[in-house]
Amino acid sequence: MNQIALNEGLSQISLFFIYGAMAVYTLAFLGFASHLARLSSEKAAKSGSASKLERVGISLMILAVILHGTGVMLRGIAASRVPWANMYEFSITGSLVVVMIFLFALIIKDLRLLATFVSGFTLLILGAATSIFYVEVKSLMPALQSYWLVIHVMVAVLATAFFNIAAALSITYLFKTAKWVETSKVKFVGTLRRILALFPSIEKLERMAYRFNIIGFILWSFTLIAGAIWAERAWHRYWGWDTKEVWTFIIWTIYAGYLHANATRGWSGKRSAWLSLVGFLAILFNFTIVNLYFKGLHVYSGL
Amino acid sequence: MAISNSLSNSSDQPIKSPELSLGGWGRWIWKQLTSMRTALLLLLMLAVAAVPGSVFPQRSADPNGVAQYFDKNPALAKALDAVQLFDVYTSVWFSAIYILLFVSLIGCVLPRTAVHAKALQSPPVPTPKLLTRMPAHLKVSAKNLSTDEFLASAKTLLKKQGYRVAADENSVSAERGYLRETGNLVFHLSLIGVLIAVGIGGGLSFSGQRVIVEGETFVNNLAGYDSFSPGTFFTEEKLIPFSVSLDKFEVDFDISNPTNIGTPLDFRAYVSSRTQVEGESKSAVIRVNQPLELPGANLYLTGNGYAPQITIRDKAGNITYSGAIPFLPQSSDYTSLGVIKVPDAEKQFGIIAFFYPTVDELTTGALTSIYPAPYDPLLTMNVYVGDLGLDDGLPKNVYALDTAEMTQVAGGKSGVKGLRLTVGQTVDLPDGLGTATFDGLKRFASLDVSYNPGGLWVLIFALLSLAGVTTSLMVPRRRVWVRKVDGGFEVAALARGDDLSLDKVVAEIAAALNPAKATPSESNG
Repeated sequence: MNQIALNEGLSQISLFFIYGAMAVYTLAFLGFASHLARLSSEKAAKSGSASKLERVGISLMILAVILHGTGVMLRGIAASRVPWANMYEFSITGSLVVVMIFLFALIIKDLRLLATFVSGFTLLILGAATSIFYVEVKSLMPALQSYWLVIHVMVAVLATAFFNIAAALSITYLFKTAKWVETSKVKFVGTLRRILALFPSIEKLERMAYRFNIIGFILWSFTLIAGAIWAERAWHRYWGWDTKEVWTFIIWTIYAGYLHANATRGWSGKRSAWLSLVGFLAILFNFTIVNLYFKGLHVYSGL
Repeated sequence: MAISNSLSNSSDQPIKSPELSLGGWGRWIWKQLTSMRTALLLLLMLAVAAVPGSVFPQRSADPNGVAQYFDKNPALAKALDAVQLFDVYTSVWFSAIYILLFVSLIGCVLPRTAVHAKALQSPPVPTPKLLTRMPAHLKVSAKNLSTDEFLASAKTLLKKQGYRVAADENSVSAERGYLRETGNLVFHLSLIGVLIAVGIGGGLSFSGQRVIVEGETFVNNLAGYDSFSPGTFFTEEKLIPFSVSLDKFEVDFDISNPTNIGTPLDFRAYVSSRTQVEGESKSAVIRVNQPLELPGANLYLTGNGYAPQITIRDKAGNITYSGAIPFLPQSSDYTSLGVIKVPDAEKQFGIIAFFYPTVDELTTGALTSIYPAPYDPLLTMNVYVGDLGLDDGLPKNVYALDTAEMTQVAGGKSGVKGLRLTVGQTVDLPDGLGTATFDGLKRFASLDVSYNPGGLWVLIFALLSLAGVTTSLMVPRRRVWVRKVDGGFEVAALARGDDLSLDKVVAEIAAALNPAKATPSESNG
């Protein structure tokens, strides 16, 4: 009789690391937010104290990602398998990947102003993961015992992370091009306007969002194909319009539309930015509502 | 948008004779259909149209869900069914959208393929007069450049960088990244391949289900299946005659980790298969992610449960029923429900039975199972007397007993306690119906038998399309021009599609071509 060993103590330690990471992400977020606030209030675009705040923020983020990564790794060791077999694990691993991609992208491109978004979003995801999605460490159900779990889900996580950063860029783009932001006399909007002025130009935002989205699209296409291969092994058919398959298809179609929009006159710019956002909302919907409330074969939330 | 287009078009083409106008309309509709904007709108429509299939149960994926929907909301279900909301992906409206999308795709891709094939054979376009208008442009001062030598070195450099090169008397025109369009076309053409493979494969495919108890043998013919769904082109001769026996079924449940107790760790169906009647049998293990591949079909493990062996005898001791009956698991602790129908007794009767692998009594007196493995198995029976409805020849669900026309004689409110049996025990049935014996416990496996020759082709085309789209999104396509001018030379570039590094490319080429250190005198871009 096969048995496995789950290390409950280690999974508790993993949780402590995740909590620790959340605390440090909070500090980083506060740092970035006050950096933005200071930049927007000071006459001089960049002053010493402001960029110091940003540097502190980035350092905190690196510390947080180390804690976060340790937490994810310990969870995997505690379960003696990959740490992405239920919603809690998918959330902690997915958000880790987002932060890691962001930090790597920083080396190539100056995306520092997005740090407020990324740290805030990661904090939200981890908050939801630990409070709503948390489950004790469990073994893999037989349907998940396949190397496709490693490939299919890892690539899905990566795709989601790229789409996530693209969506952040698109949101910034939409705020920057919004008429009400440009003309409103409300004081808060004025501050927002000054903050937005610090971000790259709208052309640059659009192009960067496109770059992240095309990588996301390629990875998502791969996720879809890998999922179909796995489904053929596990469920005897490569495609059966299971609710999760439906949403994977919907998301793929939306981003395919996004790519076409970028080559269609009248659809690039604002409309394609909206599509990028709608695509990411569909991903969030797929991950939360479809996982928790829709009936289907992908019932792995563990809740 | 379509409206403004139609207005401008109609003003361009005043109404002529009816025939011409008809042709004009045809051309206009075709042009609209194959435009990028239409493709975009159809894609978005397809995304929206796919949503209801995840909201309402679908006959293809969840037939029981549809049946339940009809039970709960007959009027609403009828209305939904009228607009095919239980068959979204084969519905008229969903099909219409994707067929239009593919027509649009073909209409767009075929002409583009022709254009691209021509472009692949023709040299790069001649150098335009005003290079300063290009998005990236650099002018470099260099003295004493020999035109011929300079152009020759520019040609060599660009060729080395993978450009296709053409030259005239004072300039070089170069283009690279033809793979971008090739990838794009491969992507779209492969999607057509996917669609065709899905269609033909689906037509030739079949899948069937069979519940098989330990010791039983399944023979691959139509009678061997509990349920069977063939594709359009399926004929019974296509079933290759193999047989599969379930020798043993094993389950490992976690017993050692406190937070994980009772979770299944592994399901194993030990089978022996024969591909010829006289042939030797081969042993194999089927697991959830490990189907058995036989010629003509694969066998997948999709479910399992307990099959208690029960014998019913009448008053005189004659056996009226004997067999191992698959009980359907109702929860993760494998509390299972089974139905026994005894049509050949003096008085017809039926039994609704519950099986608890490791039984425990709640404080309310209700029974439950606390662990899915059979450590303390118990069988309980409620007995119903009356017409089983089997005599009129209509097919009946073997897992359900319609008790509406029957009288309960044991269990529930009948006044007689429900019967309880442990393994090996025999109890008297009420009403002089005889006795029931719980002889032993077996397990059953649900097997899916499935064949789809299109799968491999779908995969090939899907991978081709993935390679295509990756190439088309990653390979930059650009034109570069180098021109010798008085006192120096110009470099300019134009990207087709998205290219962030255009200025860098121009600067690098300029630096490489400059005999001295590059001294750009003018640049824009």
